[in-house]
Amino acid sequence: MMMMMMNADLRRERAAATFQPELLTHILDGGAERTRRRKEIEALVINDPDFQHKDLNFLSRSQRYEQAIRKSSLMVMKLREYGITDPEEIYWFKSFVHRGRPEPLDLHLGMFLPTLLTQATPEQQDRFFMPAWNLEIIGTYAQTEMGHGTHLRGLETTATYDPATQEFILNSPTVTSIKWWPGGLGKTSNHAIVLAQLYTQGQCKGLHAFIVPIRQLGTHEPLPGITVGDIGPKFGYDEMDNGYLKMDNFRIPRENMLMKYAQVEPDGTYVKPLSDKLTYGTMVFIRSLIVGDSARSLSRACTIAIRYSAVRHQSELKPGEPEPQILDYQTQQYKLFPLLATAYAFHFVGAYIKDTYHRISGDINEGDLSELPELHALTAGLKAFTSWTANAGIEECRMACGGHGYSRCSGIPDIYVTFTPSCTYEGENTVMMLQTARFLVKSYTQVSSGQRVTGMVSYLNDLSRQRIQPQHVAARTVTVRINDPVSLVDAYKSRAARLVEAAAKNLQAELNHRKSKEDAWNRTSVDLVRASEAHCHYVIVKLFTAKLSEISNAAVRAVLTELCLLYALYGISKNTGDFLQAGILTDAQVTQVNQHVKELLAIIRPNAVALVDSFDFHDVHLGSVLGRYDGNVYENMFEWAKKSPLNKTEVHESFHKHLKPMQAKL
Amino acid sequence: SMNPDLASERQTASFSVEQLTAQLDGGAEQTRMRRAVVDTIQSDPIFSRENQYFQSQNERYEAAVRKAVHLQKKMREMGWTENGPEYKYIYRALSGDVAFLLHRVFMRSISVLGSDKQIAKWMPLSTKYQLIGSYAQTELGHGTYLQGLETTAVFDVTTQEFILNTPKISAMKWWPGDMGRSGTHTVVFAQLYVHGKCYGVHPFIVQIRSLQDHSLCPGITAGDIGPKMNFEHTDNGYLMLQNVRVPRENMLNKFCEVQPDGTYVTQGSQQINYLTMTSVRISLISDEVITPLMKACTIAIRYSAVRRQSKLKPGEQEAKILDYQTQQEKLLPQLAAAYAFHFINVYLQDLFDRGYREIQRKNFDMLPELHAFSSGFKAMVTQCCTSAVEICLRACGGHGYSLLSGLPSLYTKILASCIYEGENTILLLQTARFLVKCFKAASSGQPVPPSVTYLAAVKSGKCPAKNKLDFLRPDLYTEAYQHTAGRLISSTAAKLQDLIESGVKKHDAWNECTVQLAQAAKAHCHYITVKNFAEAVERLETKAGIQKIMKNLCDLFALHGIFSNTGVFLHDGYISGAQMDMVTASYLDLLAVVRKDAVPLVDAFDFTDKSLNSALGSYDGQVYQRLYEWAQKSPTNTETSPAYERYLKPLLHNTLSKL
Repeated sequence: MMMMMMNADLRRERAAATFQPELLTHILDGGAERTRRRKEIEALVINDPDFQHKDLNFLSRSQRYEQAIRKSSLMVMKLREYGITDPEEIYWFKSFVHRGRPEPLDLHLGMFLPTLLTQATPEQQDRFFMPAWNLEIIGTYAQTEMGHGTHLRGLETTATYDPATQEFILNSPTVTSIKWWPGGLGKTSNHAIVLAQLYTQGQCKGLHAFIVPIRQLGTHEPLPGITVGDIGPKFGYDEMDNGYLKMDNFRIPRENMLMKYAQVEPDGTYVKPLSDKLTYGTMVFIRSLIVGDSARSLSRACTIAIRYSAVRHQSELKPGEPEPQILDYQTQQYKLFPLLATAYAFHFVGAYIKDTYHRISGDINEGDLSELPELHALTAGLKAFTSWTANAGIEECRMACGGHGYSRCSGIPDIYVTFTPSCTYEGENTVMMLQTARFLVKSYTQVSSGQRVTGMVSYLNDLSRQRIQPQHVAARTVTVRINDPVSLVDAYKSRAARLVEAAAKNLQAELNHRKSKEDAWNRTSVDLVRASEAHCHYVIVKLFTAKLSEISNAAVRAVLTELCLLYALYGISKNTGDFLQAGILTDAQVTQVNQHVKELLAIIRPNAVALVDSFDFHDVHLGSVLGRYDGNVYENMFEWAKKSPLNKTEVHESFHKHLKPMQAKL
Repeated sequence: SMNPDLASERQTASFSVEQLTAQLDGGAEQTRMRRAVVDTIQSDPIFSRENQYFQSQNERYEAAVRKAVHLQKKMREMGWTENGPEYKYIYRALSGDVAFLLHRVFMRSISVLGSDKQIAKWMPLSTKYQLIGSYAQTELGHGTYLQGLETTAVFDVTTQEFILNTPKISAMKWWPGDMGRSGTHTVVFAQLYVHGKCYGVHPFIVQIRSLQDHSLCPGITAGDIGPKMNFEHTDNGYLMLQNVRVPRENMLNKFCEVQPDGTYVTQGSQQINYLTMTSVRISLISDEVITPLMKACTIAIRYSAVRRQSKLKPGEQEAKILDYQTQQEKLLPQLAAAYAFHFINVYLQDLFDRGYREIQRKNFDMLPELHAFSSGFKAMVTQCCTSAVEICLRACGGHGYSLLSGLPSLYTKILASCIYEGENTILLLQTARFLVKCFKAASSGQPVPPSVTYLAAVKSGKCPAKNKLDFLRPDLYTEAYQHTAGRLISSTAAKLQDLIESGVKKHDAWNECTVQLAQAAKAHCHYITVKNFAEAVERLETKAGIQKIMKNLCDLFALHGIFSNTGVFLHDGYISGAQMDMVTASYLDLLAVVRKDAVPLVDAFDFTDKSLNSALGSYDGQVYQRLYEWAQKSPTNTETSPAYERYLKPLLHNTLSKL
């Protein structure tokens, strides 16, 4: 194959960078050795002919599913062949194979097997684990129903124990109780872990998990009493067979209830579980993955939009001069650079949560759950904050690519449709924000009653002090130094404190006026969400700022400091009302902030391409004609379009079927 | 049967839904006609959209061509014409899912840019579909900046022909609809060269496919540009020209002509043509932007009244998600925006009709203002409605992500409107240029167009509100918007002036101020929208039942705008911190008030279930049953996939390694 030259604009951009992108890549990966290993695994996948296929944009949904199943099967075998067992390395391998998309075995690998490990008895593990490990059993995790997602206690599927036969009878009593959405359920799985309301001895014992065979081993036909299928086309997730499952008097043996904790004895006696706070740990872990995913998805979109903006020339900035790169327009920089800064901020936040989780998971296993509530509350909010921001940011990047961003060849539509469900799954974002708010209000109440709180909410301790010395607040307004990230962290801290206090007070006022706690909570929920957002925003600015001091290379530290400042100042300029209303900043300071944001855009401009190069996405993984490393955009758009199914024949069949007869008649 | 949760919402409506529908349509007679047209179209199975979510790009394209052809037959049957009053309802009934829309643009450009002779030659062929036209302006490398187009048309005096060429890859025509597969002709925009001199961009009619067998003409390379986020039914195309010759008469020559000897002459005024082009931006607002938002609101609000989740009070039934304040705060401002934009659209249509009449009388005074309006409102309305549809989509949780909700396709379609017919940032800056100019004129006492006279009196002041109820006074919040827009425009103009006076070159100064300029232009359009909504509500006087609810929506729209942009209102102390708390309180109170009429307010948009094409939004609220039944019709359930035999079976039987 002929190697194309690198686009001259991109070559110039790279030559002008003030730092070495590899050094920044190492920081993002967690060390040079991690980068080396990641690239090694990437090469294993990308150079493997088994993982090649046609551009997915030109395949039907059914073909995409087929490709995904093919690759997943090979992936499982090759992972074992290569002896890759580290969870992060498995994650890399999987994401290179599937190019960042979901795949039909996700739920088997990510939920079915882990649930067996954590909730099955040793006997159950003997029966199910090895067959599942060897993929004779492929399972999914069937929790969500048509009518219930967020409110788990409202699930309607029933499992009624029959002591006469020592079986559970599973039923989907209403349309709304049909299991809906589980990945891999539609076509792939032959088993499911089903969450159902347990009834024994005439009493409902709440939600429990059951292993339910759904398809005949050998023929893969649904078992009698089971109705199962695919839920139809979605916005994205084309390769995933999200499914439905309806059960009619379907019987499973007593031993199929996951009984490591709660148990039903042969006579139907129910034995209660011990504390189940342990599941918190898993939630924290999954949400930390979503924060990381927000960072990566936004990074991919930024890579595409910034490279393309360096290649695309349009209009004139100066009369008589050649058309400039669109990256030279202030409005374009203003769209993209804050997002670039955000992507870096989220990377560091994701890494922080993961590290914290690993640090305290030892304690958790030993039964010390003291740090868990705060981490749980914090990750709920950060999951929502980062996924919302990334969701909007990806769209902004696509818009910044104009018309060509709208073509599937840009790759951004795919990033968006794959990412956007994370605002809903693993905890709907508004509900997540309100969980964090609950923790904040609780902490505020503790402080009000004279106790001290620790961790990320410790700033609330200052509130009582400020009330004693009200002039303190006013005195602080002039102390914000807009060139100093540490000072900006303080500004964000004051804003969070003020909004938490306002929400808590409004909640109290509602409580004073009204009857129920729930009503008051609902009538304050818009304020509560704002308070949570301010808290999360503070945490992110704080963590980004803290990261700066860990960076030894001066050039890298300088450019990250600029990004950190941009992130913090842009956040202020988008929320000036909060800072003005609380008296944290004056009108004049706000004007300075706005001005400084624009100065930073110009400062970051020469490093923009190098900053996205540092994310180090391989072209195959990026999947974008606009974002190609070599910048040869237009030639490759043409090559790509020629492969479109509409171009298969020169004259489309519609001409003979419809156009010609019409012309004859009119 | 009707879902009882929706039935109860309808029983408590505070106004007559039918009366509001008539208001939206512009009269009961229009409502009747619209319903008749929609019913005629939608009862014909050829126009069904039920399967579209299951179809491939090829199938969608074919269906669109079939519908377009069938529509010609239907129109003749019904006696409808393209200029008749029914036409806009046809489009609504089809939800735009039909081919040959660019064919209409082709015809319009001939009638606007062509001479009488050219019109006489091409229009009959076009109306009879003896040819299918397209409009080839955008290139791979150029969209916004038309002067930069690279396609060339060189006049050859000896043969009296133009020779068209695509000199490089970035010059390839890219995106024109109806060109990838259907078009036989297209209007190509190219740089005209005569005797080696470039005369700029001009339009040429070029045949690209044979009228006999539809094969490509010599020198033509054309095809489909591949999958997009939406518009699967449209064959957006590419076109490469290699020494393609067209006769001299094929240059559209109403305004400029190349004479046989190569002399270039211009004739007449292009200003009327200019207005036609800018008015396209206004005409798309209704069908392509406001209608999709109204549909998205209908789907999301009905679904939120049917969906129950979690409990608001212990021991009670799970609550409708519409009863959660956070859900109201997502959806109801979007509903208010749909109404606000409906009224601004009516206003703009009137303004443009008036402008058109003036221009025909050779009075061009209104042109700059009309241009600024068309740019600014196109940008603001498309941007607001696009994000509003996305909010509706996400407010429907997991089920919103299913294509069967109808929301993903509404979203992916509306978002294209932010780019076509002028990229939004560029358009806002055009409006900003007008505003800065008017500000300067007004400051020095010169006359300015009526919509910007407020710029003459920008001064500091304080909002007079004393309690939260004051913020329900339209004069008070309109004043706040006016003050803020004025302040943003004047401060940006001042900064621009300062930069220039300090020696920065004009264009550099402009680029340095563009972020602020765009913000100022948006603030101006926002102000006009609020003002116009408040005035429209006042005119509803006689229809008391409607006026009250429209007043609530107007308040909600205005206060939501302040609540979401507190900084700009607080900045110079026009609204104080204490007053801002009143705004928030009033705004949140309004959510609870509008909540009560939310379902009737979307019912008033009067979309049929077939128009919505959504499992979540149908009138009877049988959401889950419909979702379940529809999903079973998916090809993933009705057709067998080779995946099991080929891959799953060997995997499950552990024989994969033997493959």
